[in-house]
Order: sequence, then structure tokens, then C-alpha cells
Amino acid sequence: MNFVEFQEVWLAYNDELLAKQQFAVEDITLAVDRGEFVAIVGPSGCGKSTFMKLATGLRRPSKGTVLVDGREVAGPLKITGMAFQSSSLLPWRTTLANVLLPLEIVEPHRSQFRAQRAMYEEKGRKLLQSVGLGGYEDKFPWQLSGGMQQRASICRALIHEPKMLLLDEPFGALDAFTREELWCILRDLHAAQRFNVILVTHDLREAVFLADTVYVMSRSPGRIVAKKAIALPRPRELELTYSKEFTDIVLELREHIGAIRRPLTSSTGAAELAS
Amino acid sequence: MTVQRRERYAPWALLVLVLIVWELLCRGFGVSEFVFPAPSAIAAKLVEQGPLIAAHAWRTFWVTMVGFALSIVVGTLLGFLVGSSRLAYAAMYPLMTGFNALPKAAFVPILVVWFGIGVGPAVLTAFLISFFPITVNIATGLATLEPELEDVLRVLGARRWDVLVKVGLPRAMPYFYASLKVAITLAFVGTTVSEMTAANEGIGYLLISAGSSMQMGLAFAGLVVVGAMAMAMYELFAWIEQRTTAWAHRGTHGG
Repeated sequence: MNFVEFQEVWLAYNDELLAKQQFAVEDITLAVDRGEFVAIVGPSGCGKSTFMKLATGLRRPSKGTVLVDGREVAGPLKITGMAFQSSSLLPWRTTLANVLLPLEIVEPHRSQFRAQRAMYEEKGRKLLQSVGLGGYEDKFPWQLSGGMQQRASICRALIHEPKMLLLDEPFGALDAFTREELWCILRDLHAAQRFNVILVTHDLREAVFLADTVYVMSRSPGRIVAKKAIALPRPRELELTYSKEFTDIVLELREHIGAIRRPLTSSTGAAELAS
Repeated sequence: MTVQRRERYAPWALLVLVLIVWELLCRGFGVSEFVFPAPSAIAAKLVEQGPLIAAHAWRTFWVTMVGFALSIVVGTLLGFLVGSSRLAYAAMYPLMTGFNALPKAAFVPILVVWFGIGVGPAVLTAFLISFFPITVNIATGLATLEPELEDVLRVLGARRWDVLVKVGLPRAMPYFYASLKVAITLAFVGTTVSEMTAANEGIGYLLISAGSSMQMGLAFAGLVVVGAMAMAMYELFAWIEQRTTAWAHRGTHGG
């Protein structure tokens, strides 16, 4: 059975835009299997983040239906965890206390939080250790590097064991090496816990490396223009990203996004080189 | 001397320097004590009239503290209201800004009509002059919430109240303490101004009565005392701020 299903979903952000027929996303139909890792790629302003709001129930579609776990999404979905490009950790809480924040809010953990605090802290520490933040639990976020903050942010999204993890360009602000390191951490978390992931990104390599299925969206209006199943075997290692089959897939997806700018005609190109 | 120690002693060094220059100018030009007393003359008055000044200072101090306590309570509640609701913000902010622009000294005659000479007008003037910065700072602290974080919490089913208590209030704390530092000094201004026209006790009253009897040394001694009290309270709140919201000042000691 499909875990997430979008059936001809359209969304305009307000009534005014709806009246003008200006939609942020148009006619989105897709189906995601349980445990599937989906990546959505596209240029900025293509409605990727809108897609996330629809999938979490923070926004209701103007037209069409969103089904998660067989039920129509009618309000915020507590079985999801979210992480964004900015880690948005709270500076007055330690890393561990930041990770535990969702448990202070979401039921059923909320009502048992005080009584079971030791148990939850143990769980938080384990999760932080699993992403390589062992020893940093009691540090404050501003004492951590950007990559570490982002790992803590992902831990915060996962602490209540969501069935679905939504990531909105989570590695966008990191340097290339840290980014690749976090790809592997996310890959391992997904392999171990088999939650659903919807990863919104503009990094095609990231999408191909991590996802089972990549959807390409076009710029406004946001439409899905291509769907590509990534058949590369798992577990995938970083070396794979330099292989021919990998780069072929990336290039194929790149062509959907828009024509790659060709170099100028040979004569002017040569002139530029000469100067 | 290390840079830190130099910074620590700099204000004291400057104070001493100013006092020396002041003293030298007064002596050098033979300025009369009835016009502009030298620091030594003021110090002498402080010692000579010690018990009298202390009694007035104590009165000013507790009256200010009552007014300040009132403005913390009212200022915080108003700030909470204004900062947590967009409608309240839109409705109240312009009115409050307008109110803040009024000179608070102008309220004193009205307050005298309502409450008579004495504690009432002084407490209320201290309150009126000092609640506004607290309200504005609490409201600002609450209103600046990253949309991403709000999404993270809302999707978990967080209610407005949860977001306010878990995120908004802690975030507003540094703003709150910063505003207390401003508000306490303003509260002293309010009390003193009110005592000048509507009291028979307090530093404000002392200033007026000393001035009218040409006791400039005593008047300056009163000023020094009210300034010292305001500085001491300012430092107290600065210290509390450092202890409780160190996360907001991490840049200053290399976090």
C-alpha cells in the first residue's frame, strides 16, 4: 500500500491568488511506498517547500487530496519530523535538551516526560551518538560547528520516532565535505530505521545518492516534470558518486531542469580564452 | 596590564580624572561654592549632612522600587499581550508609542489631584516612565520567531501557548533584562521629578529645598546619591543578566 499519496493536488497560498488562478504547485500526483526515500529536486522557487507543507498537513490543498498512511491529511501530522537548512536550535538549551524538545510537546511523550525523563535522556544520547555527536550532548548549539548543528537538528526531527522525515535543503548551508559526511549519516539512519524520507534539495548528486525515487519539479508554477527511479544498489558508498552510471543519471535529471547553458560559439569562445 | 583589566578600571580612572579636573577648575578660577561647588565641597557636605541625605535617599529608593516593581508586572503582561497576538500588536502599538512620547513630568500635577502630595504621585510617575521599554522589549522578543522552528513545533501539535513558553519567553529574556537596565534608571528619574513638586521627602524634595536656600553643596550631594543608586541598580541587573542569559552574550567572552 502507498504510504504517501498526492492525487491531483493544487495549492494557491490565499484566496486572492486562487481567484487569479496562480498556484504555487499544480496538479501533483505521486505515490510513495512505505519506507521509500524520495527526493524532490528543482530550481529555487519551484514550490518544493510548498510540497513539504502539504505533506505535513501544515497547508491544506486548494484542490485534490493528500493521503498519508491511507487517511486524508486534515491537520498537522504528528508522525512527521522536519529539519531545515537553518538548524534553528535554541541557544539556551544544550544539544541534548534541544533534541528532546519535541518530546515535551508531542503526545504521548508529553504527559510522561517529567516522570520518564531519565529514559528519554538516555534515548536522546543514543541518537546523538549514532550521528557522531557523542560527547557533545551537554554543549550548547553555538559551541558546535555548522555540520554538527545540522546533525543535532536531524536528531531533533527523529527523536519521537516519526514515520516520515521531511528535510528541506538540510545540507544546503554546509561545505561540500561536511555535506557528503551527512549524506552517509542520513543514509545509515534510513537504512537502520526504515522511515519514509522526503528530501527537498537542489543538489542533484545528493538526490541521486540518497533517494530511491527522484522527482523533478519545474519552476513556477510548480509541476512535476519527471520521475526517475534510482536503481543503484544499496548500500551506496561515496565512491559511487564518481562512477559513470551515477553521473549519467545526474546528467539526465539535469536536462529536465532546463537547458544547460552551452558554451558560446566557437569563435567568441576562442577569443575569450585568448584574452 | 591586560586588555581586560584595563577595560575594567577605565571607567574609574575616567571618573577620578574628571573629579580632579573639576576640582582644579573650581580652585583655579576661585568659583564660589554658591555657584558651582568643587568635588571636595560636595564630599564634605555628604559627610556633614549624611543622616539627612540618607533618610531622603532611602525614601527615594523604596518609592522607586515600588514603582519599578509595578512597571515590571504591568510591562511584562502588556508585552506578553502585544507580542503574542498580531491584532493586539496592531491595535496597541501606535497608542503606546503616542503615550510614551508624552512628558511624564506633565502627569505629576494630575496625579497630585488624584492622590495628594507624597508617595502616590512618585510611585506612579516612576511606573509611567519605566514600563514602556519593558513592554516593547518583551513584545519584540516574543514576536521574533523563526518560521521554520514554528513549523517544526506546529507539526508536532504544539499550541500557541507551548510555542510561547518553550521558545518565545526564553528568547525574550535577554531583551527583558536589557530593558530592566534602561527602566530602572528611568524609574529614578520619574521618582525624583515627582518629588521635586509633589513631596515633602525624598531626594527630589531635598534638591528643591537645597536649591531654594542656595545650599548648592547639598543639592549636588543629592544628585550624586541618586546617580549612585541608579548606577548600583543598573549594575545589579547587568550582573543578573550575565548570570541568567549567558547564551545571548556568547560573543563577548569567546564562546
